[in-house]
Amino acid sequence: MRNVFLFIGRHFNFLFFLVLQIIALSFLFRFNKYHEAAFLNVSTEITGRINERYNNIEYYFQLKKTNEALVQENLRLRQQLKENYEGPDSLRRMINDTIRVDTGQRLLKYRILEAKVVNNSVTAMANYLTIHRGFDQGVRPNMGVTGPQGIVGSVVNVSKNFATVQSMLHYQFGVVAKLKNSRETGTISWNGQSPLFVTMKNIPKSVKVNIGDTVVTSQTSSLFPANLMVGTIADIVPDPSSNFYTLKVRTATNFSTLEYVYVIDNLQYDEQKRLEDSTRKKIQ
Amino acid sequence: MSELLKNIIRFILFILVQVFILFKMPPLHRFVTPYLYFLYILWLPFSLSRAALTFIGFFFGLCLDYFTKTPGLHAAACTLIAYVRPFVIGLLISQEGADKNYIAPSFVSMGWAPYATYAIVLTVLHHSYLVLLEWLSFGNFMYFLGKVIASTAVSLLLILVTELLFFRKQKFRTNTI
Repeated sequence: MRNVFLFIGRHFNFLFFLVLQIIALSFLFRFNKYHEAAFLNVSTEITGRINERYNNIEYYFQLKKTNEALVQENLRLRQQLKENYEGPDSLRRMINDTIRVDTGQRLLKYRILEAKVVNNSVTAMANYLTIHRGFDQGVRPNMGVTGPQGIVGSVVNVSKNFATVQSMLHYQFGVVAKLKNSRETGTISWNGQSPLFVTMKNIPKSVKVNIGDTVVTSQTSSLFPANLMVGTIADIVPDPSSNFYTLKVRTATNFSTLEYVYVIDNLQYDEQKRLEDSTRKKIQ
Repeated sequence: MSELLKNIIRFILFILVQVFILFKMPPLHRFVTPYLYFLYILWLPFSLSRAALTFIGFFFGLCLDYFTKTPGLHAAACTLIAYVRPFVIGLLISQEGADKNYIAPSFVSMGWAPYATYAIVLTVLHHSYLVLLEWLSFGNFMYFLGKVIASTAVSLLLILVTELLFFRKQKFRTNTI
């Protein structure tokens, strides 16, 4: 026993160093796997406050760009108004509209919450955004996040008033997307090379693909409603050994100028998830 | 200003500069990440004990980590260089007893060549360990090599600029009076 204490006394510095290394590495690998770490809630709240201060100043320099993005978005939405579409009436049969006005809440699938971005990074391998809307304001982990131009990422962590969003520019991010023309689905991921491009995989080579084709979200993704803009195909990477295309997609969202985002709350997600989980259990 | 207060202000400034200026810069290339924050550890006084130095390194890295949402990554690298620092100083110190006569490592207290070597060794060590940890979950070997070399070059340039801009006057202290 005495020798043990002597050993610890003699190598105290080295042992202390080892202990700190192990703590740091366990933080890191735990976080990479489950996106949770010690003190993360408290620290998100504190760093969120500091980021908010910084953002209040930086925001003025971005006003012009933010305004332009919002005008563009308004224009797009106005274009979709029902009043803009009118054709000759071709209906021959009376149909009773059975939509239940009063109970429309039950049919609502996606609720959209707006949020201000207070911190944002594009230069790292694992990029996160911090938004100023947290648990108290209805944000939960695993909600989709979209910007004015296209999808942005998904919520991974929530504190009282802030939430961190795993951006599409994160090596662990993945989402199901489809080609708008052929409705063929594939998966979107990021290879860490450029913040302007993501990679789309699993599109069979039998499908006709052109540069400039639009990629939108698929209805099978539980994070996003269908047909939200993801990006456009910028390049087709040649890969003769595979039966699937590797497509380089230019993201619709400009991540470095993001000021406002929308958090998408899928109200029917819990039910769907419960059913899918119980099915999985039944099979085992 | 007392040495403690000076170091506390430096602690905050280095983290804020790293998070809100250097990390906000538009990316030059995917290999280049401008790191400067670890200069804080290089500037810590000689008189700190090794355990204290290691702990400050860990805590400093962890503070930065909570800003970048990578808990443990910078903490691990900072702990390593803070632990290795006394060995490197012990090897490189040129003047007899410079660590007793001066407060902190600098061009003045150590001399140009030893201080430059000291900065280069710790920078390379910090970057290699940091990129290695990143590489374990992501990337390939060329990425590792390229990023270490490019980031080290940029960091050394930043350190040189900082040293010249904020020249630290070091008084020669003796205990013979």
